[in-house]
Amino acid sequence: MMKTNRAKKGTAGRVIKTLYQFYPVMLPLTIGCIIFSAIVGAIPAVFMQNIIAVVEQSWQSGDWSSVSGTILRYVAILVGFYVLSLISSLTYNQLMAVITQGSLKKLRIKMFGGMQRLPIRYFDTHNHGDIMSHYTNDIDTLRQMISQSFPQLLISGVTVVTIFAIMVYYSIWLMLIIVIGVALMTFITKKIGGGSAKYFFRQQNALGKVEGYIEEMMNGQKVVKVFCHERESEADFDRLNDQLFEEAFVANKYANILGPVLNNLGNVLYALVALLGGCLLIYNIPNLSISGMALSISIVVPFLNMTKQFVGSIGQVSHQINAIVMGLAGADRIFELMDQEPEQDEGYVTLVNVHEKEDGSLVECKERTGIWAWKHPHKADGTVTYTKLTGDVRLHNVDFEYVPGKPVLRDVSLYAKPGQKVAFVGATGAGKTTITNLLNRFYDIADGKIRYDGININKIKKEDLRRALGIVLQDTNLFTGSVMDNIRYGKLDASDEECIAAAKLAGAHDFISRLPEGYNTMLLENGSNLSQGQRQLISIARAAVADPPVMIMDEATSSIDTRTEAIVQRGMDALMHGRSVFVIAHRLSTVKNSNVIIVLDHGRIIERGDHESLLAQKGQYYQLYTGAFELE
Amino acid sequence: MIKQLAKSVREYKSASLVTPFFVALEVVMECAIPFMIANLVNSIKAGCDINLLLRDGLLLVLMAVLSLVFGTIAGFTSSKASCGFAKNLRKDMFYAIQKYSFENIDHFLTSSLVTRMTTDVTNVQNAYMMLIRIAIRAPLMLIFAFTMAFIMGGKMAWIFLFVIPVLGIGLGLVIYNAMPLFRKVFKKYDKLNASIQENIKGMRVVKSFVREDYEQTKFDAAAQDVCADFTRAERILAFNNPLMQFCIYTVMSFVLSFGSYLVITTNGLALDVGQMSSLITYSMMMLMSLMMLSMVFVIMVMAVESGKRIVEILTEESTLHNPENPIHEVPNGSITFENVNFRYSENAELMALSNINLEIKSGETIGIIGGTGSSKSSLIQLISRLYDVTEGSVKVGGIDVRQYDVESLRNQVAVVLQKNVLFSGTIKENLRWGNKEATDQEMIDACKMACADEFISLFPEKYDTYIEQGGSNVSGGQKQRLCIARALLKKPKILILDDSTSAVDTKTDAKIRKALQSYIPETTKIIIAQRTSSVQDADKIIVMEGGTINAVGTHEELLKTNEIYREIYTSQNKAGDNDEN
Repeated sequence: MMKTNRAKKGTAGRVIKTLYQFYPVMLPLTIGCIIFSAIVGAIPAVFMQNIIAVVEQSWQSGDWSSVSGTILRYVAILVGFYVLSLISSLTYNQLMAVITQGSLKKLRIKMFGGMQRLPIRYFDTHNHGDIMSHYTNDIDTLRQMISQSFPQLLISGVTVVTIFAIMVYYSIWLMLIIVIGVALMTFITKKIGGGSAKYFFRQQNALGKVEGYIEEMMNGQKVVKVFCHERESEADFDRLNDQLFEEAFVANKYANILGPVLNNLGNVLYALVALLGGCLLIYNIPNLSISGMALSISIVVPFLNMTKQFVGSIGQVSHQINAIVMGLAGADRIFELMDQEPEQDEGYVTLVNVHEKEDGSLVECKERTGIWAWKHPHKADGTVTYTKLTGDVRLHNVDFEYVPGKPVLRDVSLYAKPGQKVAFVGATGAGKTTITNLLNRFYDIADGKIRYDGININKIKKEDLRRALGIVLQDTNLFTGSVMDNIRYGKLDASDEECIAAAKLAGAHDFISRLPEGYNTMLLENGSNLSQGQRQLISIARAAVADPPVMIMDEATSSIDTRTEAIVQRGMDALMHGRSVFVIAHRLSTVKNSNVIIVLDHGRIIERGDHESLLAQKGQYYQLYTGAFELE
Repeated sequence: MIKQLAKSVREYKSASLVTPFFVALEVVMECAIPFMIANLVNSIKAGCDINLLLRDGLLLVLMAVLSLVFGTIAGFTSSKASCGFAKNLRKDMFYAIQKYSFENIDHFLTSSLVTRMTTDVTNVQNAYMMLIRIAIRAPLMLIFAFTMAFIMGGKMAWIFLFVIPVLGIGLGLVIYNAMPLFRKVFKKYDKLNASIQENIKGMRVVKSFVREDYEQTKFDAAAQDVCADFTRAERILAFNNPLMQFCIYTVMSFVLSFGSYLVITTNGLALDVGQMSSLITYSMMMLMSLMMLSMVFVIMVMAVESGKRIVEILTEESTLHNPENPIHEVPNGSITFENVNFRYSENAELMALSNINLEIKSGETIGIIGGTGSSKSSLIQLISRLYDVTEGSVKVGGIDVRQYDVESLRNQVAVVLQKNVLFSGTIKENLRWGNKEATDQEMIDACKMACADEFISLFPEKYDTYIEQGGSNVSGGQKQRLCIARALLKKPKILILDDSTSAVDTKTDAKIRKALQSYIPETTKIIIAQRTSSVQDADKIIVMEGGTINAVGTHEELLKTNEIYREIYTSQNKAGDNDEN
């Protein structure tokens, strides 16, 4: 849904500044061309006046040969100006097309790149549809504004100023009437145009509501059918749809009326200028002008044309009002996204490939060796130590809160030695998923320490830390592409064979082979052509091919039937041999064979131990296991 | 396509027809104005008396005011017509989708349905407004201005016969070259946006695999590609303005040079100064209207794609039809499958279900168990006729499901779908989906049966608690129990739970089953489950495997005789020490 608020002050300036940064040479060049083209386009009025003056003087004589030289000279100058105007117009129109699309591309890339670096917190706290609309609605409104409104404003502005100057040059009396008329038109534009912009916002909001409703209903369409709820949802839809109609009607009404109103006020103005001109001529009222020329028909006629141009320019501006207001609001939102604070990373410990020498010492090397180590430079004495990557994870007295004042984890301490399987059990909100969010530093802890192979994870570069952790989530996210591409996502340089081996390990190979195109089957819309269980299997294969030393499985097998899960479990167990695994599952059968089971309640560890010892304790876990207590 | 879309105009027909009429009047007035001005100019020049001047001037103002009134009316009616048309289109599409069968729904992606009802409708709405306003205005203006130019300018007007084709052909060429590019690039643009959406949704995956740079590279390439195509298309379009200017300049130069010659040589007989100025105005009008026409054309062509996508929704035939003389009464909850074969679409190679024969008595409790993809859900979806069998027949209460009125059948066969959805609204509102007239007591009873009352009563607002879209503010298990309660409110003869307690703990699961057993004993209950504990006290357990029935029997029988069942059972009870349930 699109949020529509009017833009902050200074947004227009920032848009121009941004465009200038993108195209420091082309933009001024384009603006120059536009201004030049507009001035050159307005000047012919002067020559028109000259020609008509000549015609007026000699039309009764009928002697063409005596004036042809003068007239043709004026026409030649006129044509010269026209050619210049055409050239600059051709240039700026071409440049503008390049600048518009190029800037949008750069903005998109900048926005997308910035977004990749935002912390997970941003995505957890913002509606995804809303983030998305930055790339669709906002960019679209911005395109309209850059490619049409900006040049149009510039042209109209220059034209108005130029014509105004010419008018003053010829006759201040006639000019005054135009000024009064234009003031009136500006007032009306502001009234109607302002109203139009207001209702366009309201229309946008109503559209957002309809869109939201449609989305919800389309997602639940099968439930609607099962409950024969069609008529009720139709009635609800009608209500929202009618409301949208009302808002859209008013908004469009204003926009549609503005054109004819301005156009015909222009006509009235035209008539008034003609009338006044006539009166001045007939009663021989002395002209007031810079040029000092006496008023004549040769001044009134071009004046009429200038009136048209003048009014036309203002009309053009009024057409752009909605586009500008909405474009600025869009630009504001785009800047807001780009201004988001990126994820901070002060880590300096990196993950490198090493050779292991016979004496057990580690030597860094470029090629892939299969052995990894943490490279830990010590600032104090300038030395570098290497610690072998084993997957030993420890939490010491960790406290954490998402929202200040609402602690989620309190004083949590635990450890997983390489090869151990640690399971978390507890109700929704007990803090299970939070622990995994902290391990890969999606969020940073408030107090306490987390160590990976003995190194405080705050010192480890985030990307290296995450590379050393594999994660499989309950909500599988697959990407458009083939099944093979999706598995390869875990390790970009994996061969087909490696991917297939990972799929076999995850127990996904069987069903993938049965897909119409096997591993080349294209996945659509987050793999909506697969079942939830099948998606989970692929996401496990994806993690398997990455082959990380520590694995986090957050409800990873919840949609797989227990038989298949048993198969996957065997694969995972094989894969995880010698590695650490954190498991979150509500199916206790998944958890039972863990080395350590940790029972969480409201952010505290209340019990820990293996299955047997916990059962023997006859505490919370025992109650869960025997079904005396609910787990969600 | 046009015919199909036109059906949605309905009550806005009069507004749609009135608009061109007023637009035409406005054009007539606008074209007459320069004519009057030529007169005025000549009166001024002739230095005639002030009364004549005033008369002409006031007439001119009157015409402008009339033109304003007509234009305003046209603006009003055209917005009413186009917004109304859009409203009806959305309504018709929404209603059409409500009539879709499951098979039809499977046909369209959800996101594409949403785009069709929003963006595509907006495109068509804009095109419609263009059609009834500009598409009338532009050609009319062209013809009128052309005629007037001939009346006033005589021979001078021949210049238009040269300029107009030049502009026409020029604009045509621009459109001809730019349109295919635009169509192509819009598809790419959609894809680009789809990939952004994917990226946002999958941000956790992107970050945990440290694929930010990879995603960025992928995106840069795609954005560059879209940009290159857009730039090419827009650069072609950018010839429109200079072309237009070229034509105006040509006309101006011609009128000023040749016009001057004509005025002077004929002593103002063939052409006078006033007419000369009007000629220029008419030339502007003509060229502007050509420009508008080309714009209309572009918008129309773009709207055609949208129109096609809308018509697809409107004309999609529901694959389920009510029979001629439907039966409204479902006698009892017995179910029979006779030689049923079923596949999801005609093109599917494999049958989702093959050779199913089954007999379920009214009031029985049936458990269905089997692996992922064993077609458990397919089987039960045939009972309430969410899909039709490909071969064979399914009977409820001894009557083929295809003979029932669909609504009556579905009211008696309540299905709690595996992929279930709660809607934004209070708990009560959600429960009322099951029965509009349900009293508070009935709702509480149903929730008690589904073990939902216990957590609802802990909420501060109890049954008036607001559920967010998709039920995101309740836990998975709570959601499932609410869905069960919602189905129970239907008081169905057959209740089907498709893996509906997977997130509920075993004890509550057992409690729900016991409640169902004791409170609605006469209802046939079908329970699809992953856990053997959920089905082990069923009268019959059906083991599904690869779209066929592998075995039917009680828990004890199957444990002895069925390999698959035993395997599932042991996988869940490895340690063998948790048979408390």
